[in-house]
Amino acid sequence: MPLTTISQPLASAPQLAWTIYASFLGAVAVLLTPSSRPQFTRWVALLTSVVGFVLTLGAVLQYQPGSLLLVADSTWIPQLGIRYTLAADGISLTLLLLTGLAAMAGILFSWNIEHRTREFFAFYLVLIGGVYGVFLSFDLFLLFVFYEIAIIPKYFLIAIWGSAPNGDTRPRQYAAMKLALYSFAGSALVLIGILAAWAASGSHTLNLAVLAHYPFSQHFQMWAFPLIFVGFAVLAGLWPFHTWAPTGHAAAPTAASMLLAGVVMKLGAYGCLRVAMMLFPLGLAPWGFHILGLGSWRDVFALLALISIVYGASVALVQRDFKFVIGYSSVSHMGFVLLGLMTLSQIGINGAVLQMFSHGIIAGLLFAVVGRMVYDRTHTRDLAALGPMQLSYALPFAAVTFTLAAMASVGLPGFSGFIAELQVILGVWRSMPWMVFAVALGILIGVAFTWRALTRVFFPASQSDESPAPIEHPLPPITLPERAGALLLLTATIIVGLYPHILMRLILPSLQSPLFSALRNGGWR
Amino acid sequence: MNPVSYAELLRLTLPQIALTVAAFFVLACDGMLLRRSPIAVRARIAMLLSLAGSLVALALLPLTAPVHLPDGMLVLDARTGVVQVVLLLLTLAVTLLSGSVLVQQGREASAFTTHIGEFFALLLFATVAVLFLVSTQNLLLIFLAVEFLSLVLYVFTAFNKHSRASAEAALKYFLFGGMSAGFLLFGISLLYGISGSLDLQQIALAASQPDSLLLAAIVLVILGFGFKIAAAPFHLWAPDAYQGAPSLSAGFIASSSKVVGFFVFAQVLFIGVASASGNAAWHLSAPGWMPILAAVAVLSMLLGNLAALAQTSLRRLLAYSAIGHAGYLLLGLIAHTPQSLAALLYYVFTYALAVLGAFGVLAVLETNGIDSLSSLAGLSRRSPTLSACLLVFLLSLAGIPPLAGFFAKFWLFAVALQAAPAFGLLWLVILAILMSVVALFYYLRVLRQVYVAPMAENATPLSSPALARITLLVMAALTLLLGCAPNLLMQRLR
Repeated sequence: MPLTTISQPLASAPQLAWTIYASFLGAVAVLLTPSSRPQFTRWVALLTSVVGFVLTLGAVLQYQPGSLLLVADSTWIPQLGIRYTLAADGISLTLLLLTGLAAMAGILFSWNIEHRTREFFAFYLVLIGGVYGVFLSFDLFLLFVFYEIAIIPKYFLIAIWGSAPNGDTRPRQYAAMKLALYSFAGSALVLIGILAAWAASGSHTLNLAVLAHYPFSQHFQMWAFPLIFVGFAVLAGLWPFHTWAPTGHAAAPTAASMLLAGVVMKLGAYGCLRVAMMLFPLGLAPWGFHILGLGSWRDVFALLALISIVYGASVALVQRDFKFVIGYSSVSHMGFVLLGLMTLSQIGINGAVLQMFSHGIIAGLLFAVVGRMVYDRTHTRDLAALGPMQLSYALPFAAVTFTLAAMASVGLPGFSGFIAELQVILGVWRSMPWMVFAVALGILIGVAFTWRALTRVFFPASQSDESPAPIEHPLPPITLPERAGALLLLTATIIVGLYPHILMRLILPSLQSPLFSALRNGGWR
Repeated sequence: MNPVSYAELLRLTLPQIALTVAAFFVLACDGMLLRRSPIAVRARIAMLLSLAGSLVALALLPLTAPVHLPDGMLVLDARTGVVQVVLLLLTLAVTLLSGSVLVQQGREASAFTTHIGEFFALLLFATVAVLFLVSTQNLLLIFLAVEFLSLVLYVFTAFNKHSRASAEAALKYFLFGGMSAGFLLFGISLLYGISGSLDLQQIALAASQPDSLLLAAIVLVILGFGFKIAAAPFHLWAPDAYQGAPSLSAGFIASSSKVVGFFVFAQVLFIGVASASGNAAWHLSAPGWMPILAAVAVLSMLLGNLAALAQTSLRRLLAYSAIGHAGYLLLGLIAHTPQSLAALLYYVFTYALAVLGAFGVLAVLETNGIDSLSSLAGLSRRSPTLSACLLVFLLSLAGIPPLAGFFAKFWLFAVALQAAPAFGLLWLVILAILMSVVALFYYLRVLRQVYVAPMAENATPLSSPALARITLLVMAALTLLLGCAPNLLMQRLR
């Protein structure tokens, strides 16, 4: 069934499909560059990511709020009713924008990759292409295809280019395999759900817009919803399925950490919203009975999200490894996204989507400082060892960037995190008031671990006010690509923080569109 | 009964005749004219002759009008035509790969055999057998063709005369095979006793009521075919045969023999004894071949995938994963809907393509002394082309999009869910999907060696014959193409 049958203003934006194609073509082009000239390879990769970002930006500027951008729609596998349907609404556009930014920044922060450079950027661009594809797919089969395309490059990025403390490659092998298997196991659950949805709806379409209006029975939704939600939530780092995240983030090369935290975790959260909640809203309805005070899947997942927030933050508070601090903080911040979704209110879900964007940028920034600016120079991530190095003198740019990123991360006004988390909390306050206290606790611990990492690494108490004696082996200065990448991300978080309307104008009308009508009617509170 | 003219019969079996002629030609040429020539020359000529024979057979395939000869002796329609084309293409690929590998080995005086002509002749004879198997619905002919094929495959397995493993594998294969042939024949004789006919359609008419004798016959037939498709618990020969046989013989056993095994199995069950299907739905189980196959499928999926985790030899790993794949494929039989045979064929075709490709890569690697998982280390830097092909084949086997194996799984599981009663087979689908997560682990372990592990200090770039590389690249491209545009093959399987 073509997409044009749904009642929503349509606009055409075929150029957006080129975000995907350009990434895949870029991956091939990168492999064809001469291996003797890595600089050329890097520029090709950067150019590819810029193309994706510019195309997205162009589409965002033209976008009429509330409409649906039709990108591509053609028959693909008619026997099963599967179509090649790409489309974007405001939520997709927000995340496409994030992907473009994170992709460019990731390449800038990978400028120093010398080992098998071409393969690195090839895997990187395939991953980016898969991510663009997921955010653009409006056919469930196609979405799943892109979702899985993104898994394999992640494995190789971590297993080949990950960090090897003291030359030991086993941790990164372990982390890479764990990440791949967790992702694949999650997607296995999603696949079961997709197949079931296809069979239950009469086996003639997998179009998201059509399925969103298909009256699945409540019984069916009750078991399909948790299956798909959990499947996607694995990638969003929901407790207790989060354990891939800290190890994966810590072992990955900087750009891969940035992408993992920046966009890959958002794939999971996006899937939760776009597939699980949009198609099976009745799965969120009360069961009619209570177990341990939980009366619906909504209560269950809200509680798990809450645990993610508090648990992630608490664990981050006691880490000795700088990268693990940020890794666990990602679990905590992604908890806000999932909690926001579970508020089932417009303001909460809006906050959740905004938080996806905001956390993508901020986590990218934090990982860039930790992995590229600090670790690649000092070769240690131990908080205790970093303190005495007087990094605020040795690497002032890193110190300033991290301070700003930390401010954004704890949700100070003026940065994007503030408005996002505020909306989530407002949503929670309206629907589940008792949880607000636990969320507040999570935020406080968040401030504490961020403060702890910031002071231990950059401003240790032992540091005297006077300029220190010159170090014997000065650290290499921050390079131009690093500065450019940091500025790019900082600008994005500050612009959205100061003027959140530019994203909210995309997100809010989309939540009110017919696509989400079943969700609105089925339990909007 | 309308009489059949011999001219008509000859016309319909022209492909088989062409292959047989080519086989004798190869034998004669190699045995009489070229006995003293170097192996590289003999291999090249034998390969060219076999290629010519297969291409002629491909051109002569009677794909026009459906044919149904009395007693189901020869039944041809659009679907059998597709299967025959695929089987001939697989033979072409085996010929090209083994020819190019033998030419190279001949140059380096390291060929696994000096019986070049016999190797290619046996390949062509095996192809004759599989073509007959596809085109008949007569149990006697099925049995004869199965035995013909098995005999060739036993020899194929034992072809490396210098290897004890090869001889041992062939002996195991032969003993198990002989046993299962006995069961199959017993089952067939019972079916004949019940119905008085060897034609599957006649049997279906006579055996419309499931009774205990029919069930006994079905169990025996399942035993016989379970061996052919290497499903647990009839799989014991497979790991040894896959490991001991020369790599491309193993490739042929894993691909063509599997395709034809599943197709004939499906014919017998769907046409002959559909009335005794029973039901494998978790809440409505009823006796018949469905619950038996469901048990076999569960066992194969679990045993194949879990045992593959522990393998250190790449070939044994492929053997156990083949057992796992047989388990998935059985879902297509258990579903038993009009679509499920098409989905099953799509799966088994793409599986054969990928597994033959993997064995092809192995064959090239083995000429360079790489045969275990650990010796694969750093392959991607020694031979980027072969590594990329291996990546495509293994990820297709693992079911990663956009490769053919993914869509095959998707379609197969989808038809299994559609089968009546709706969602009755959900338990099998869930098990299959979870097992494919396990499978990803061991495929990734191989790819980790290839792409991640550091190269050995003294490693040099690999030499690989250009013809083999091109063949493998074409097969990899086909795997990608069938994954991106499954419709190309799907619409021919209706």
